[in-house]
Amino acid sequence: MEEGKILSNAVEESGAAYAVIHEKFGEAISAFDDNATMPFFEVQDTALWTDIALFMRDHPKLKFNYMACLSGVDYLEEGKLGIVVNLESLGVFSHRIAVKVKCPRDGGSIPSVAGVWHTANWHEREAYDMLGMPFDGHPDMRRILCPDDWEGWPLRKDYRVQESYHGIKVPY
Amino acid sequence: MQELEMAGQGSLRLSRKSDDVVVLEKDLSTEQMVLSMGPQHPSTHGVLRLECLTDGEIITEAEPYLGYLHRCFEKHCEHVDYPAIVPYTDRMDYLAGINSEMAYCVAVEKLLDVEIPRRVEFIRVIVSELNRIASHLVAIGTYAIDLGAFTPFLFCFRDREHILNMLEWATGARMLYNYIWVGGLAYDVPAGFNERVLEFVNYFRPKALELQQLLTENEIFVKRTKGVGIMPADVAINYGWSGPMLRGSGVQWDLRRNDPYSIYPELDFAVPVPDGKLSVVGDCLSRHLVRALEIEESLKIIEQCIDKMPGTEGFNPRAAVPKRVRPKAGEVYGRAENPRGELGFYIQSDGKSTSPLRCKARSSCFVNLSAMKDLSRGQLIPDLVAIIGSLDIVLGEVDR
Repeated sequence: MEEGKILSNAVEESGAAYAVIHEKFGEAISAFDDNATMPFFEVQDTALWTDIALFMRDHPKLKFNYMACLSGVDYLEEGKLGIVVNLESLGVFSHRIAVKVKCPRDGGSIPSVAGVWHTANWHEREAYDMLGMPFDGHPDMRRILCPDDWEGWPLRKDYRVQESYHGIKVPY
Repeated sequence: MQELEMAGQGSLRLSRKSDDVVVLEKDLSTEQMVLSMGPQHPSTHGVLRLECLTDGEIITEAEPYLGYLHRCFEKHCEHVDYPAIVPYTDRMDYLAGINSEMAYCVAVEKLLDVEIPRRVEFIRVIVSELNRIASHLVAIGTYAIDLGAFTPFLFCFRDREHILNMLEWATGARMLYNYIWVGGLAYDVPAGFNERVLEFVNYFRPKALELQQLLTENEIFVKRTKGVGIMPADVAINYGWSGPMLRGSGVQWDLRRNDPYSIYPELDFAVPVPDGKLSVVGDCLSRHLVRALEIEESLKIIEQCIDKMPGTEGFNPRAAVPKRVRPKAGEVYGRAENPRGELGFYIQSDGKSTSPLRCKARSSCFVNLSAMKDLSRGQLIPDLVAIIGSLDIVLGEVDR
């Protein structure tokens, strides 16, 4: 591992990384949004997300070996739930990219990438706990921060807290 | 193969391997027992519960249960202004409040695109490195006490007290500071602060050496930690480990160096990784060593900052603090090197509201702890204590 390698031109390089992914998956991913703060693309064909993730991790030109963050997001106006995944290539290349995956608010699900990056295991459990979309193929799909018998999905924009929990008044 | 069960001797059995060979087999595996460690166990450093499936003294499976300290940080963020989130970040990692504030402000400032006065940046780095030393002292001290060494704990807390006194003098609080604001600082440092910091650095250097002789070179301590809980570098990266944990596995990765923010590119400091002479790379001792070596690097950074810091002429710590923080529409993932690893904030702004649409905290402890299940498999129960201690988790940040 080279010491002192600075990721200064990470944003420009992420465009090149996107081109490699686009070449393989074509229309399954959206156009590249190269904004300065967080360049990203969106996965249009949700079913392909695990394949895309594996490709991104293992391709010799990509090597996105490090998942920095996975955030569940509620897109209320679009009627969708989604995740935003921040990926980077730790110690190999200096590109960084974010990937968005969305699913319908009611009854939708997202393929799990816990088998690709171990980090995703707990992050997906947290996203499920907070927003309520299950992750297909996750090895242990349970709530993680809230109790198992908690009702509702707290980070949804239309969340109403339950009146009582085991006889304890909840709203304060 | 015939099996002959002997009455009343459940664990002994006779099996006929061939016509003239009969083997008496003794089954050594005992009955499995569920041992619940925590949430009030002193070695879990807070309210973490580990449900261990044990086979005698060996752990077959340890499942962490979290959420005892869940305070809905992310939900609160959607209801308060950007500057009002800063005190919440203090309460996540309460041992390194300033570093958490720094990470949050770095993220919001990326979205805001404000120019931060240079003196502010220097003060930020000095206080956050002081806080890093304080946090590492707690980590080292409590790790020693987990393994039965009481004196280093007292030494660490004695020296941490000096840092907390200085930070209290500068910020008004001992642990929950609300000192770094979006775009600036709450106050300038008091007159004479730099001299006192230098005095502390000179006082603390020999004490750090003393601590090293007392603990790091202690044979009992080395025997308890060397070769225990080894994490290979590639698995550590796949688990998303960061900070001293990742460097303990031999990966030279420090956000202050590799994804620099603030004035860190101007400063000269090393990123220590274990060389495998004293420890096995990736074990508990390596992680401890990295923390011990980082204290020295932080001292170096503080000295350089005090040396280069611009004067107070015409300085207003709140000059760049916006009256109303309303970032342009967009998203950002900003992060900083915390004492425990990468603390990141994913912030989504709609450009209209003064509070974020979504603010997710990527907690370093949460990610580091997720490897617990794999790390503890097949370990002895006393080694489990050594492993949890080396993870240096703060449950306030795990549960948020």
